[in-house]
Amino acid sequence: MLQIEDLHVSYGGIKALKGISIDVGPGDIVSLLGSNGAGKSTTVRAISGLVPIGSGMINFEGIKLKGMSAHKIQRLGLAHVPEGRKVFANLTVLENLLMGAYNLKDKSERTRLMNQFFEIFPALDNKREQLAGTLSGGEQQMLAIGRAMMSKPRLLMMDEPSLGLAPLVVSDVFNVIKKIRNEGVTILLIEQNANAALKISDYAFLLENGKILLEGPGLELLNDARVKAAYLGDTSDKAIFEN
Amino acid sequence: MDLSFATQQVIYGLTLGCLYGLLAIGYTMVYGVLRLINFAHGDLLMVSAYVAFFGIIIFSLPWPVAFLGAAIFTAVIGILIDRGAYKPIRKSPRISALITAIGVSFLLENLALVLIGGRPKSFPIPTLFNGSLSIGELKVPVLSLWILSLTLVLLVIVIGIVHKTRIGMAMRALSRDIETVSLMGIDENRVISFTFALGSILAAFGGVMWCMRYPAVEPFMGVIPGLKAFVAAVLGGIGNVTGAAIGGLILGLAEVLIVAIQPDWSGYRDAIAFCIMIVILLTRPRGIMGENLPD
Repeated sequence: MLQIEDLHVSYGGIKALKGISIDVGPGDIVSLLGSNGAGKSTTVRAISGLVPIGSGMINFEGIKLKGMSAHKIQRLGLAHVPEGRKVFANLTVLENLLMGAYNLKDKSERTRLMNQFFEIFPALDNKREQLAGTLSGGEQQMLAIGRAMMSKPRLLMMDEPSLGLAPLVVSDVFNVIKKIRNEGVTILLIEQNANAALKISDYAFLLENGKILLEGPGLELLNDARVKAAYLGDTSDKAIFEN
Repeated sequence: MDLSFATQQVIYGLTLGCLYGLLAIGYTMVYGVLRLINFAHGDLLMVSAYVAFFGIIIFSLPWPVAFLGAAIFTAVIGILIDRGAYKPIRKSPRISALITAIGVSFLLENLALVLIGGRPKSFPIPTLFNGSLSIGELKVPVLSLWILSLTLVLLVIVIGIVHKTRIGMAMRALSRDIETVSLMGIDENRVISFTFALGSILAAFGGVMWCMRYPAVEPFMGVIPGLKAFVAAVLGGIGNVTGAAIGGLILGLAEVLIVAIQPDWSGYRDAIAFCIMIVILLTRPRGIMGENLPD
């Protein structure tokens, strides 16, 4: 569904990505793991057209994305939940969802998607007219995901959806990710919470210094000694996901 | 100062204030989405005035056609200014854009000077806008009524667009986060162009009304109104449409009333606006209705 081949990206003189190749199959959850500055965000920002591609190829359902502007890439069915949620703080919850459905002309379909969103997140139902900036971090994350889903994407990219959220909310977020995948949407997930991400991933890539260090099925990486040593040493949040 | 004189002056002040307000809304909208003070905005008043002038005098168009033509032409110029001058430097530091804006302003003024010449041309005022109504001792120019009602209608339309339409929603979103707007599949440049067009149309209507109030068309006619409208936008709280209109009214009233009370000060008329600007920047930089600016 999404193929990346030998992707290089640099900011100024700094090489952020030094030739990575990633393949995302339809219906999968694929995770990009790695520490800060490994190049995870740069990868999804390059896919979305937010940063220019140096060399290499990104192919989405047979269409080459290189050189395309961000809004055109989104219209291909590829939605991006940005790092830090980035809800439109000065717009209401409803307006944020409408922004996501900006190119969805069918009004009844828009209403259906919106009702579906409020069914999944009843906490936001009576906050429809509230400004998004006044929501809690978890609610903002749900809104950001819902906003992206309003465009009916076939591939959803999420950049650190659990960042800065309370542990209980984090498990909610992961449940939502699984739910979205069960609806047939392919997911490319960036996470620092490697343990939780690997448990739901069909496949995962471990990035370091702009290169792929390791790749394999999620459960395989979860039991890999190197991954355990480097990323799963902290078991404090493990208990939450054991159920 | 008796009551009818005072009322008379208030009418003049409101008329002038509306003209400032129409221009200030354009300043404030462009600032709202791009954080850019478009110093070329005042010159759009001149562009519109010339188009309307030539439409009526050279092409003998009926005035509504000429006025509408002026609005459309000015909107196109507004969009072209953005596409040609500001879009290429969208990601550069803000100071570059500001200097570019001043450059565009000089370009428009001097282009008009070269192409049309510097001699002021007297604007033909359609009879519909002439004359005045007498109410007791009070004389209300018909033009004032037109200007007041036109400003009110345009203000309501703009606020309606910003708060009730899809594109208005995109404009408000854009004012906070251009990148995320593009992630929604929205062409940010189209929204920016729309903002420039809307602001330019208001400036165009301000331009033709200005010409009927002060009927001399010349290349530099937009400079002082433009600067004052900028002051009005800052006074009202830059980025806020209603604030810009209110700022314009306050500025217009202040100018007219201070000179009415102290006729000796009429030479300092233009200084009043800038004194207000200094006071506002010192005491309440975000203006009357402004948001808390991030930096």
